[in-house]
Formats: sequence, C-alpha cells, structure tokens
Amino acid sequence: MSNQCNCGGIIKENDPRFAELKGFIDSLVGTKGKTMPVLQEAQKIFGFLPIEVQKFIANELEIPLSEVYGVSTFYSQFNLEPKGIHKISVCLGTACYVKGSQAVLDKLADELEVEVGETTADGVFTLEATRCLGCCGLAPVMMIDDEVYGKLEDISVIPEIIEKYYNQRLPK
Amino acid sequence: MRKISTVKELTEIKQAFTDKRQNSQNIRVIVGMGTCGISAGATPVWETIRDAAEKAGMDNVSVLPAGCIGMCTYEPIVEVKEPGKQTVTYIHVDAKKAAEIFEKHIKGGNPIPEYTIGGSMSGLEDIDFYKKQKRVALRNCGVVNPEDITEYIYKDGYFGLAKVLLEMTPAEVIDLVKASGLRGRGGAGFSTGMKWSFAAPNQADQKYIICNADEGDPGAFMDRAVLEGDPHAVLEAMAIGGYAIGATKGFIYVRAEYPVAVQRLNIAIAQAKELGLLGEKLLGTDFNFDIEIRLGAGAFVCGEETALIASIEGYRGMSRNKPPFPANKGLWGKPTCINNVETLANVAQIILNGAEWFKGFGTEKSPGTKVFALGGKINNTGLVEVPMGTTLREVIYDIGGGCPGGKKFKAVQTGGPSGGCITTENLDTPIDFDNLVAIGSMMGSGGMIVMDEDNCMIDIARFFLDFTVDESCGKCTPCREGTKRMHEILDRITSGEGSEEDLTTLKDLAENIKSTSLCGLGQTAPNPVLSTMNHFEDEYIAHVKDKKCPAGVCKSLINYEISMKCRGCTLCSRSCPAQAISGKVKEQHTIDQSTCLKCGICMNVCKFDAIIKK
Ligand SMILES: Cc1cc2nc3c(=O)[nH]c(=O)nc-3n(C[C@H](O)[C@H](O)[C@H](O)COP(=O)(O)O)c2cc1C
Ligand code: FES
Repeated sequence: MSNQCNCGGIIKENDPRFAELKGFIDSLVGTKGKTMPVLQEAQKIFGFLPIEVQKFIANELEIPLSEVYGVSTFYSQFNLEPKGIHKISVCLGTACYVKGSQAVLDKLADELEVEVGETTADGVFTLEATRCLGCCGLAPVMMIDDEVYGKLEDISVIPEIIEKYYNQRLPK
Repeated sequence: MRKISTVKELTEIKQAFTDKRQNSQNIRVIVGMGTCGISAGATPVWETIRDAAEKAGMDNVSVLPAGCIGMCTYEPIVEVKEPGKQTVTYIHVDAKKAAEIFEKHIKGGNPIPEYTIGGSMSGLEDIDFYKKQKRVALRNCGVVNPEDITEYIYKDGYFGLAKVLLEMTPAEVIDLVKASGLRGRGGAGFSTGMKWSFAAPNQADQKYIICNADEGDPGAFMDRAVLEGDPHAVLEAMAIGGYAIGATKGFIYVRAEYPVAVQRLNIAIAQAKELGLLGEKLLGTDFNFDIEIRLGAGAFVCGEETALIASIEGYRGMSRNKPPFPANKGLWGKPTCINNVETLANVAQIILNGAEWFKGFGTEKSPGTKVFALGGKINNTGLVEVPMGTTLREVIYDIGGGCPGGKKFKAVQTGGPSGGCITTENLDTPIDFDNLVAIGSMMGSGGMIVMDEDNCMIDIARFFLDFTVDESCGKCTPCREGTKRMHEILDRITSGEGSEEDLTTLKDLAENIKSTSLCGLGQTAPNPVLSTMNHFEDEYIAHVKDKKCPAGVCKSLINYEISMKCRGCTLCSRSCPAQAISGKVKEQHTIDQSTCLKCGICMNVCKFDAIIKK
C-alpha cells in the first residue's frame, strides 16, 4: 500500500490514530454488527473517513472493503471528505422550513460562495443542511459547531455571525 | 449500591426518598435541560445559579437538570421550589436574569413576578397550554431528574417491572397489554399486545426487543423528550416486553442527532444495572435482560423496522421484504419485536394501573393519549400530550394559541413526509388513528406542523418530496425513480414552467408509487402531494395556468413592485444587492424586473410599506 493518497487529507500508514482505532475495535470482541460503531468511532478519531481508514477497517473486521464503503456512503453522517474548521448546519426540518429556513440556507450559500455540502476554498466553513435539530421552538434554526442560533427570520444578521467565526477561525 | 431483589427493597428506596423530600428544607431549583432548553441557553443559566449558590455558601440549594416540559416557546425555564411554598416558574431566563433570581428570590426570599408567565406568577399548570393535556407518556418529563434513578423509583418507577417479574406470567403480561388496546405510536398504530403475542411463541436460542428511537419525521421530537426526560421509563418497558416475549437482549436504536438522549440513556442503563434492575437475575429472579445502544447515522429509512434491523446488523439501511416479519425472523434471523419509544413509555403505567384505567382515556379504538410536536406557524410551539379524541381545533387553538401575527390558518400537516394536510373544514375531527386516515392524512409519529396563509402548499409538497428523494434507500424502482420524477414536476410547477398535463402525470405517478413500492417509505411518499392536490387544487391551477403563486412564496412567480406610497427616500435602492431599483430622491422609484433577484430586501427595509409582492 502506498502511503500517499489524493483524498485531501494525507494519512500515513504509521499514523498513531490507527492504533487508537484498533484499540476500539479490539474492545468490541463478542459484539455483533460492528461496522457502524467502528465507522462512527473512526470518524470521531480522524474527523472523516478517507479510503485508507476504510481499508484498515475492512481488514480488521475481515469483511470486504466494498461492504465498508457501501455503509459509509449510505449514511449521510459519514464524511468521506475532510470538513472545514467550522461546520454550519441549517435546519431544513419541517418546522424550520415552514418558517423560512431555506432563505437562511440561501443567504449562507451566497455569503460563503459555496453550495450546500461544500467547504469554502479557505477550509474555514462547511455548509450543510440537516433535518430537525430538535429545537423547533426556535425555528428557523442554524447551528455553528455546537452553538445554536435560533429565530433567524431576519437573515440580515447572518453575515455578522459568520464574521465572528471567521475571526476566530479555530474551533472552540 | 446493593442490588434490589424484592419489592420491599424497592419500596424502601421510594420511602427513603419521599421522607427526604418531605423533611428537606432544601430549595430545589429545576432547570429545563432538554435539547430545546440547552439550545435556548439553559446551560449558562444552570451554571450561574449553581456557582452563585456555591459562592454564597448556601448548601441547602440544589440546582437540578430536568428534561423538556414541552413549552418550547418559554425556554429556558427555571422552577424554584421552596419547602411549603408555591412553586415559582420563571421563563425566558438568561444568565443575567438567573443572577437576579438568585439574589432576590433564592437568597432574598422575594420572587420576581416580572419574569414569570405573563408577569402573573402563574405556574405552568395554570395556563391553557396545559389544562387540556393529559400526561401519561410524558408524565415524568421535566418533573424528575433524568440522571437520578431514585427520582424515577419515587415516581413508582420499576414497580411495574417488579409486578411483572414477581407476580405475572409472560402470557398474562401480553393479555394485559392486549386488553389495554395500546396501539403502536411509531406510525402504523398496530396493537402492541398482538405484536408481542406473535413473537412470544417462537422458539429460538435468542430473541430481541428493539426500541425504535430513530424519530425520523423532520420537525418531530416526542421521542427525544421521553428519552431525555424519562429514560428509565423506556428501559423498564423494554425489560417488561423482554420478559413477555422471552427476549434477554434489547437494543435501542437512536438517531445520531440526539447526543443528549444517548448520554442520559447511558447513565440510566448504568444506574439500573447497579441496582440489579437490568443485567443478570433481575430483582433476584432468573430473568436476565441487557440493553445496548446503537446509533443511527442520518438515514430516515432506518426508522422502518426492517431497514433498522439491517442497520444494526451493520449493513446499508435498506428495507427488506415482509414476510418474514421480524416477529418470526428479525435481527440476525431471530424473533424480534420492535416498539417505538412513546409506545414503551405507556407500558409500565398500564401494568401498574390496569387496562381499564388506560381505556379511560381516548376513543374506543384508540385508547390512551398521544404526544404531538406542535410546530410551524403556531404561537405555542411545543410538546402536547392529549387524550385521543381531542379535536384538532382544540390542539391548534386552545392549546397552541393559533397562528402568530393574526395570520390566517391554512392547513396542518400530520404524519410528516408520509402524511397529509388537514384544512379548516376538518378541524373538528377527533384525533385518532382511524379518523385521521379517513380525512386523508395519518397519525404518523406525532409531528403536527401548522401552516398559515403565507405558506405555499405546492412548495410544501415539494419540500416533503425533496426529503423522500433524499432518503429513499434506492432498493426499489418506484420509490427511487418515481419520487425523483415527481420532484422534477413539482420543481417545474414552482418555477413557473408547469403545465396542466403535469398535474395528471403527477397524480398517475403518485398512485403508482403508492401501490408498488417495497416499504412504507415509498408507499406513503406521494401522500403530501396527493393531499395538497386534493385540498388546494386551485393553488396548483394558479401555478400552472396563471403562473401565479397565491401565497407569494415561489420566487419565479412573484414580482416586487413599488406603489404610490413611495416617498423616494432611496433606502431600497441603496439596499438592493442587484441595483435593480432606480429613481430620483423624493420621487417614486421603480424596480427593473429583469435584474431583480426577488430577494425581498427592499420590502423588508421600506419604512412606508410601499413595496408590494404580486
Ligand atoms: C419510512 C418509515 C420511517 C419510520 N420511522 C419511524 C421512526 O422514526 N420511529 C418509529 O418509532 N417508527 C418508525 N416507523 C415505523 C416502524 O416501521 C415500526 O412500525 C414501529 O417502530 C413499530 O413500533 P410501534 O408498533 O410501537 O409503533 C417508520 C416506518 C417507515 C415506513
Ligand atoms: S425543524 Fe428545525 S429544529 Fe426542528
């Protein structure tokens, strides 16, 4: 296996994080249906699921890579590409949509000059649409990292919020 | 802690807690810390009061988290309970108010009326929002500390399990649940007792019970409230169900978006194990029961039971053919029973109070209560639990307080992306499983989204289709391809390129997809389209024929214009991002339609209401 990859985030074979993942896999002896929990842990450790990591998992679980890839591409929470420093999720749940969250999403796409699901060229923001963040009382809602911004009927406040995160640039 | 092996020991824990609470001179400050509370800023409130009490050396103040009480519009909510005094409920609390509440009320003994509901010092139970409700599934939510098992035991928790294990046979349990008439709250409304009775006689070396906590309907959060506010109720019911069908292992499949619920469940499982209420030899009997949590990863179809099973097994969450039904061949080919969170939250109460008690609420064919997540264009967003048979009007107007801003009610969507919309003429329908189907919608899991005159129904139908296209697992063609085609047509209609022929095609497609899809997702996906076509045909016609969007939502079909009211203040032309507005100072301005982006900024900034949307 070459230790080069062109997936954007170069992960070397001897990356210590593999050992951490292996530790987790080993702790699951006797558990059935390990694929999802292992992928979830891997994403926590690496931040995303580059093909090297998926190969490693397939090897460890002794299942075909195609099966791991099948699972990692089926579920929307698994990222195969690295994400920006800050993740912006706009709720497109029904309660938020009815109250105009599409306008929030459009405004963000406009401001950040990205499409939904993409990361800005400078790698600072990833813009995503999600379904119901569980705080419909505050609709329309967006979430930046773990911070919730609610009642965004007035979208003109959005640039200011983004600016704040851009200035911090690093995750909290 | 010692493991409990008799009812007496359980009673002792309850008694000790009761005594402690009655004799205590402690001031209890309860902060609503469900996801909704936390999002609204409950954490700094909690910290402020906790730190202030510590700093003041007041060790008689306990600051406790609680789950969601259902009144989302008032979050963050803080309750102050002083021994021998009326509970004071503060709403919209922030860190600054919290500090003031601590100084004046908790320390100084003088409540602050301005920060209570309507400034009237009324408690939550006094307001209309609660008066028509009956809390069975949510009885402990926002009331007990979900991270403390003794509070649950104090509320008769685990007594149902004790009764079942020590006094009843599995067959008696099933008969009781059957007799109560409890129907699944996950959507289909199938009898829970019947479901258990299908799995029970199947012989196997292992059987499973699964709690479906995938709660996929976007805009619904009933199950989350139960998991966050009363996790033990779910664990207890799973153990009861396990005993009834002969399963020793349970899984809770929780959607990944619910981290707080997962955290509370983990704490609850650990505490129950410590007391011998989960694990081996429950309550000293020979019955073993263990629960494992599995996380979803953002796929709506995994709420469908066979897809959920595939997901736990570690595969793509694609639904499977039925039969075989999970009760015969489910998880890893073993007999499996799948129950929804809210369904389970009723079980221990039924065991303790009996089938007749449960049938005392609701309608003949749908006994009990139902929790709804009321959202959208409604004044009191939140969770409401009402007896079945309550009318939609009561829920929307008496409890929900109607549409905000004096806007006109247009429709309410129940059943989420699988359901339909209900209009004014059917608002007096008593809610139950069968009635909602009869008026062209369905109960679903409990999402109830209100729409007002500003919502375009075709846009809403397109929104739901967008969701199903996204979430279709791709296994069967009608759902995978058919919903895409429907979505394209709706896209055309909302962008002003639809034809009358499109409407016929749309209907045909809808009927075909309904009757030929593999699982419930496809079979119900066309419902929002069919029901909006049924109730709002004129709106569809306006879009395709007159190329107008009567609600003024579909951008391609609206124009902004400047009326005579314009004073020529130039604010709009300065604000327009496309420089589409021209005009001289103090003269009426005009919008160049070819460059206008229809963003609506001009309308928002105009101080003279001179901009009109046509
Ligand atoms: C597309 C689809 C999504 C579903 N999503 C959920 C869900 O999120 N939660 C749930 O409890 N049931 C859901 N169901 C229903 C389940 O398949 C199943 O009927 C239910 O969990 C059984 O529990 P109950 O009998 O207690 O309602 C869904 C069904 C379909 C077809
Ligand atoms: S729909 Fe947006 S938070 Fe629920």
